[in-house]
Amino acid sequence: MENLTVKVNGVEVSVPKGTTVLEAAHIAGIEIPTLCYMKEINEIGACRICVTEVNEGRGFRLVAACVYPCSNNMEILTSTPKVIESRKRTLELILSTHDRKCLSCVRSGNCELQKLAKDYGIEDASVYDGAKNEYEIDNSAAHMYRDNNKCILCRRCVAVCSKVQGIGVIGANERGFKTYIGSAFDMGLGETSCVSCGQCIAVCPVGAISEKDYTKPVLEAIANPDKTVLVQTAPAVRAALGECFGLPIGTNVEGKMVAALRRLGFDKVFDTDFSADLTIMEEANEFIDRVKNGGVLPMITSCSPGWVKYCEHYFPDMTENLSTCKSPQQMFGAMAKTYYAEKMGLDPKDIVMVSIMPCTAKKYEIGRDDQSAAGVPDVDYALTTRELGRMIERAGINFNALPDEKFDEPLGISTGAGVIFGATGGVMEAALRTAVYTLTGENVIDLPEVRGTEGIKEATYKVGDLDVKVAVASGLANAKELLEKVQNGEADYQFIEIMGCPGGCVNGGGQPQQPMNIRNFVDIRAERAKVLYDIDASMPIRQSHENPAIKEVYETYLGEPGSHKAHEILHTSYVKRKVNNV
Amino acid sequence: MNSAKSTVPFKGTPEQEAQLLKVIEEKKNSKGALMPILQKAQEIYGYLPIEVQAIISDKTGIPLEKIYGVVTFYAQFSLYPKGEYTISVCLGTACYVKGSGDIYDKLQEKLGIKGGECTPDGKFSLEACRCIGACGLAPVLTVNEDVYGRLTVDDVDRIIEKYA
Amino acid sequence: MKTLEELKVVRDSMKGEVALRTHGDASSKYERHVLVCGGTGCTSSGSPKIIEKLEEEFAAKGLTDKIQIVKTGCFGLCERGPIMIVYPEGSFYSRVNVDEIPRIVDEHLINGEPVKEFLYEETVEGDTIKSLDDTSFYKKQHRVALRNCGVINPENINEYIGRDGYAALGKVLTSMTPEDVIQTILDSGLRGRGGGGFPTGMKWKLARNIVPDADMKYVCCNADEGDPGAFMDRSVLEGDPHVVLEAMTIAGYAIGAKQGYIYVRAEYPIAVERLNIAIAQAREAGMLGQNIFGTDFSFDIDLRLGAGAFVCGEETALMTSIEGNRGEPRPRPPFPAEKGLFQKPTILNNVETYANIPQIILNGSEWFASMGTEKSKGTKVFALGGKIKNTGLVEVPMGTTLREVIEEIGGGIPNGKKFKAAQTGGPSGGCISPENFDIPIDYDNLIGIGSMMGSGGLIVMDEDNCMVDIAKFFLEFTVDESCGKCTPCRIGTKRMYEILDKITKGNGTLEDIDKLEQLCYHIKSNSLCGLGQTAPNPVLSTLRYFRDEYIAHVVDKRCPAGVCKHLLRFEIVKDKCIGCGMCAKQCPASAISRTDYIAPGKKLAAMEIDANKCIKCGACIESCKFKAIIKK
Repeated sequence: MENLTVKVNGVEVSVPKGTTVLEAAHIAGIEIPTLCYMKEINEIGACRICVTEVNEGRGFRLVAACVYPCSNNMEILTSTPKVIESRKRTLELILSTHDRKCLSCVRSGNCELQKLAKDYGIEDASVYDGAKNEYEIDNSAAHMYRDNNKCILCRRCVAVCSKVQGIGVIGANERGFKTYIGSAFDMGLGETSCVSCGQCIAVCPVGAISEKDYTKPVLEAIANPDKTVLVQTAPAVRAALGECFGLPIGTNVEGKMVAALRRLGFDKVFDTDFSADLTIMEEANEFIDRVKNGGVLPMITSCSPGWVKYCEHYFPDMTENLSTCKSPQQMFGAMAKTYYAEKMGLDPKDIVMVSIMPCTAKKYEIGRDDQSAAGVPDVDYALTTRELGRMIERAGINFNALPDEKFDEPLGISTGAGVIFGATGGVMEAALRTAVYTLTGENVIDLPEVRGTEGIKEATYKVGDLDVKVAVASGLANAKELLEKVQNGEADYQFIEIMGCPGGCVNGGGQPQQPMNIRNFVDIRAERAKVLYDIDASMPIRQSHENPAIKEVYETYLGEPGSHKAHEILHTSYVKRKVNNV
Repeated sequence: MNSAKSTVPFKGTPEQEAQLLKVIEEKKNSKGALMPILQKAQEIYGYLPIEVQAIISDKTGIPLEKIYGVVTFYAQFSLYPKGEYTISVCLGTACYVKGSGDIYDKLQEKLGIKGGECTPDGKFSLEACRCIGACGLAPVLTVNEDVYGRLTVDDVDRIIEKYA
Repeated sequence: MKTLEELKVVRDSMKGEVALRTHGDASSKYERHVLVCGGTGCTSSGSPKIIEKLEEEFAAKGLTDKIQIVKTGCFGLCERGPIMIVYPEGSFYSRVNVDEIPRIVDEHLINGEPVKEFLYEETVEGDTIKSLDDTSFYKKQHRVALRNCGVINPENINEYIGRDGYAALGKVLTSMTPEDVIQTILDSGLRGRGGGGFPTGMKWKLARNIVPDADMKYVCCNADEGDPGAFMDRSVLEGDPHVVLEAMTIAGYAIGAKQGYIYVRAEYPIAVERLNIAIAQAREAGMLGQNIFGTDFSFDIDLRLGAGAFVCGEETALMTSIEGNRGEPRPRPPFPAEKGLFQKPTILNNVETYANIPQIILNGSEWFASMGTEKSKGTKVFALGGKIKNTGLVEVPMGTTLREVIEEIGGGIPNGKKFKAAQTGGPSGGCISPENFDIPIDYDNLIGIGSMMGSGGLIVMDEDNCMVDIAKFFLEFTVDESCGKCTPCRIGTKRMYEILDKITKGNGTLEDIDKLEQLCYHIKSNSLCGLGQTAPNPVLSTLRYFRDEYIAHVVDKRCPAGVCKHLLRFEIVKDKCIGCGMCAKQCPASAISRTDYIAPGKKLAAMEIDANKCIKCGACIESCKFKAIIKK
């Protein structure tokens, strides 16, 4: 490809054609600040924080570095007085409409606007104060709230919702100074076909969108001597929790996480990986059953509640394709309040089941119908990775100094198949490991075709005399593309894995927020997924059906995969919904 | 919430809906069809309530929010029907100090609607306006072309009755 | 029509007809043509009733076959509407009243004696009747873009053809390569008439070449004229819609496009209707559609209606709007020539730019380049408005001075008031002070003095206009019309407006002026699109030329022009007051009471105004028949 030579602050660098000023500066070791820009997702040049001086032979002028392409021999100056003054003034204008309640803001210390205000030495945040729009906080959704008083109209949430997830339940309404982000007719998010994926939260630079925080009732439950408080942690949490404590992206903190949960006072620290293995047993069985007995194909995974809700709203005709298996979170809760309660002689009503999830849709999922195996909700509180981070910090636990500890037994015993659930393709790989073994007795472990962060992956596996065509999609716009192919008869897969969030749970809406100037240059999906595949590779057992705790569960309690009892406890049902609930 | 939904019950007829569906069918495959569809829809219904926007969303696959974002961007589109009579109360300084705010409040109470809305029977829309240059008559309101001046709160009933 | 010959047949049959109206070799089947303006201005002042009455009279008096009634587009002198011209004499009847029609019919149309008392007074000098072209309003004008406006019936394609319409398209398709066409436009020096003044030929060249393998390209016409007080484009669309269609088709041939879109304001119903008629007629005549003039070139045009957003005049916003989105601009590059409408190479020109194209093709680039200044060729249409005698539409060669336009063509400032400023370019332009009165108008000169050409609104202000108030007016407009996408424009213009509001209310400080100026420069250099980048111009230019007025508001708490209400004081001149008490009755704030003082020769005690209670509404001044109340 053709290369261009540009000078960044006098230093010559060679960049490929098509490189933006922002990227050229990055290559030269200069970080230009951004607020609205998300590479390939939100290239709108709207916030104007990234303005930079460039000269293309006709004198220096300000351009938006994020979207302005380099030209040959371009001179770029990133920190002239004019640049600094311009960025500062734009910041001051943003601050004049921003609800500057930093001390009580969930993002304090982790806010991109706050950091810029510090970096650019804002002396008086109120210098341009004037009229402000006042907004009601939208609390209508189960998983999150939106506070437009803090919104800076960068539109990252809008871009993610419509472009990445293909949903578009939030967007810009009105115009000019009255512009705000909201839903059609100012409906609460809870009334729309929002799928609760939380990707908007993950990209919000400020505290305008956040998950609903349930740390307080969890602490109260722990303090209540009449309650047994169990906690389960999803695979992807261990791959990202360290980021809350300044550890590099892609650090495995499983042991420290377990230690921290114990120190927070949970009675038992269990692992959702266990119920991921259980999910595989049920799902592989269901798949084989559908293939053998002419059931609805392709069968599609149902672990991701954001995806499930999406399917119900946008592809209601395909809810029969969804596996009836509950998600691992729900299977875990169901087993805890039936099997484990019986085993330990506990009344399910006295068990408080807390889950730590990389996901905000899990907050919605715990309230779904047909998710109460013991007559009480399977899971009581679903906390995000971020909420756990806050609990640990608040408790004064020096996370980085914690020893590595192990999960409690028996519901903390798991396999490598369970842990890769957290990455796109992981459920497929884990399911195939067991399905292939069940059908042929062969042990097939590594399936590289379904790994990696591409949005849509396809593969065909020879299983006995069967050609099994599978597909994997993550991110709902990709899911949509894939499903439309299925509906149009352009593809005849038998088994599809879909995860609501791009890259799977490692990049879930409940994971620690990384500022966009990191995300634009680092693929956090791949970095975090690597943690899970490394764990898998290091595990002595890597097939769900080999998990001794799972074997015991079936032998002593459930009987066979797909048994009547398994169905009562571990399976669920779906609802056909509409896109517009008008 | 739902604050932007119209106070006037939707009274679309099957004929109107058939017309709208025909328009959508004609246009939906042409590029950039949304604006022409919305313009026709407003011609058919007089305004673009949620019921109409939802039909357009369902039939074109364009998210309802995107449609709403477009509708609220352009001044020409209206979310509310216009009443047969538009009552404009001058809230310019002269009228305001002579109590037009009270008259405006009284009208909202009497008609059971907020400014910018239309009564459920489609009879009256209410709006506040800037100075209409009749300060000597303050406080002033207009009903379509008719001007009423030197008003007191007690005059409101009489004026409404004239048009009811 | 499939060939040039067929076009020529139609032209020849119509040429004599329309020539009756232009002092050419006339050979009309009618004795006379009565042209009635059907533009928006004259329509609202009653021209449809005039036509109705004429038809009625003609029917009654047997003139229907002898005299043709032609509903035209705008004549330009909107101030004098409704307008009616009788040819071949060229008698110009202004402010025509329906009741006058029978007399005009009897005395003029039947007996051949123009009714002098109803004629535009400028055309009557004693016993002689001057030609319209000799009046001061028309004398200095030179009509290229407007050449057919007020001459032809815009709803009849044959009249357009009679004026050499579609001949340029024929020439282009049958004897020129696309490169020839682009070179001709380049050589003519034509620059975009919509605002920025980018060379039109350059735009076309880029669109032709930049993406060599593009499968689709588009030609767009910006008819979303939104400046308050500007109506140049509307007049062309209403008076000569085919010229736009022809020019767009030529552009399509030049860049290699098959589809055109005209984005026109929905607020221009007459223009929309005439465009629809014109498109249908052009398709019918084979001037749009498949294989035009029997060549393998095909082109069609669709209308898209704007929906009330000023920002859609910005090129990327206009395209975003046609695509069915909120009309928000997007960053450039990529420029539309590379990625425009639906991500395809696109050119966008405004109506007036297109209106010049066929004439350039027919008369050659040298002809066009012979008009105007060194860097601004041709003519420019202005919509004259504000404090000026002849409001209306004028077309003058580039390089005409502001003084010529305002004093000679515009007839100067009415009521003996003093000229204070001229505003060009609408909310994007600036105010020009009297010291620049003699600068020749062209793109670069206007930018040099802090304004811009814009699309051609020219608003004249006199001593009674407050420049701070004017700046505030434009900022209010910008705030209302900002799309809200980028920070500097969305929040910055609002803050500018708030500061201006504070100043006009007497609460401003000198620091506020500094803050305002800083914001101006910030918004200018940091905004995403042209709307934001030019939004501060009205403030910057008034700060530059009329800073003393800002200072007076801030330091002396005084509005020199007597406009800003909060800074006014109303006083009763006691010796003039007869004590009738009318003012007190009108006062909405009960601020007027009776004094003990009885002026000499008066019977009742004089009134006085309590400044603390006064809300400065002016009701008392209007009520006082004795001019005893003054504001200062």
